[in-house]
Amino acid sequence: MRELRVTPIKNGTVIDHIPAGLALKVLKILGIGDSVTSTVTVAMHVPSQAMGWKDIVKVEDRELAAREIDKIALIAPSATVNVIRNYNVAEKRRLTLPDRAIGILRCANPNCISNVREPIESTFVVRSKNPLRVVCKYCDRELEDIVAHIL
Amino acid sequence: MSAFRGRDVLSIRDLSRADIQLVLRAARKMVPIAVGEKRSRALEGKILSTIFYEPSTRTRLSFESAMARLGGRVLGFSSAEGTSVQKGETLADTIRMVEAYSDAIVLRHPQEGAARLAADFTEKPVINAGDGAGQHPTQTLQDLYTIWDERGSFEGQNVVLVGDLKYGRTVHSLAYALAELGSHLTFVSPPTLEMPTEILEHVKERGLSFRVAHGLEEVVRDADVLYVTRIQKERFPDPQEYEKVAGSYRIEMDLLRDAKRGLIVMHPLPRVTEIAPDVDRTKHAVYFKQAFNGVPVRMALLDLILGGGA
Repeated sequence: MRELRVTPIKNGTVIDHIPAGLALKVLKILGIGDSVTSTVTVAMHVPSQAMGWKDIVKVEDRELAAREIDKIALIAPSATVNVIRNYNVAEKRRLTLPDRAIGILRCANPNCISNVREPIESTFVVRSKNPLRVVCKYCDRELEDIVAHIL
Repeated sequence: MSAFRGRDVLSIRDLSRADIQLVLRAARKMVPIAVGEKRSRALEGKILSTIFYEPSTRTRLSFESAMARLGGRVLGFSSAEGTSVQKGETLADTIRMVEAYSDAIVLRHPQEGAARLAADFTEKPVINAGDGAGQHPTQTLQDLYTIWDERGSFEGQNVVLVGDLKYGRTVHSLAYALAELGSHLTFVSPPTLEMPTEILEHVKERGLSFRVAHGLEEVVRDADVLYVTRIQKERFPDPQEYEKVAGSYRIEMDLLRDAKRGLIVMHPLPRVTEIAPDVDRTKHAVYFKQAFNGVPVRMALLDLILGGGA
């Protein structure tokens, strides 16, 4: 039997096929920092037939919210998200880059109306998916560093 | 019913070529009413709110004049002082309140994207009268009207945009629209204040050639339109450097000696020293007429949006 670098988990989520080097950004999106209550396994620079190299993140006892999956889609549209229940893949979630990113990015323009106290969610229109280019619906400015502006 | 009825005007990019031409033709018909030769009651019984979070005499007064000339009424405020805004009311709430009092809303706000936000919170048409460094579509329509009225068309016209092309929002919207309308564009600015690449890309996408120059002398001879903007002192850390740069983009009689007879010189005003006062007396100077044109253009827009049928 092939030796597994990362052991299977009983319940939780496996995010696989993350482009090599982006695992830590995925952790940032999931808010995994000091106050984690379950085990998180990160494998970086793992050989992959399809991608050459990839990263993997496994989070035990946690299933991701739709908004978290949308955020991951922004930085790693090629990733796969599998929900594990009792050691089995219970669900495969498809990552789809939406036409609009709502409530997941902050506009970099300090003078944009979306950055002041108004009852709205930030909204970015996806201009191009590859390379990813997004433009603020309100101030019409393109967001340069997308990862740094994930909410 | 016009395609404009009830429509928001938030950015010049929301208007197609046909939309722009419709507004310009309607504006021409408004001139006799705008100068008081003819009377109109086309918008009688209609109320326009002018919600100005920052002062802008020219834009506000031209909207108010436009509405009054068509028999409509205006209410609103000309600065946030003394209003519920100062108590911390959100723009969204202010708009929902104003919606109940009027048939259309004109908004000027210091923050970019404010007009689009406002439009999301009301069914009534919203006209953007400037949002921070963002859009100011009625200024662009006014500029386009002036070019069309003076030169007869857009296609093939050599339009030279001069001054601060990096930060000046009027020149961005104007360049965008002129590219849509088929004019040849020349951009003249100091190297540090050049037109943003996204605008240049748009011009290229329209299949039009353009020129980028740093000196005026080389381009004035072929120009049909010279659109001059102010170079702001605060863009330069060194006051001496500012004096030098601003001086080299000043329009003076000498510069116009070899210009075409039909050349028009435009400026969104207020000007400081960009155009020498003796140029005012030449046939080239159209900037005061350009300022007047704000009234018929805004009349046309209000009439189309509110369905007056003037």
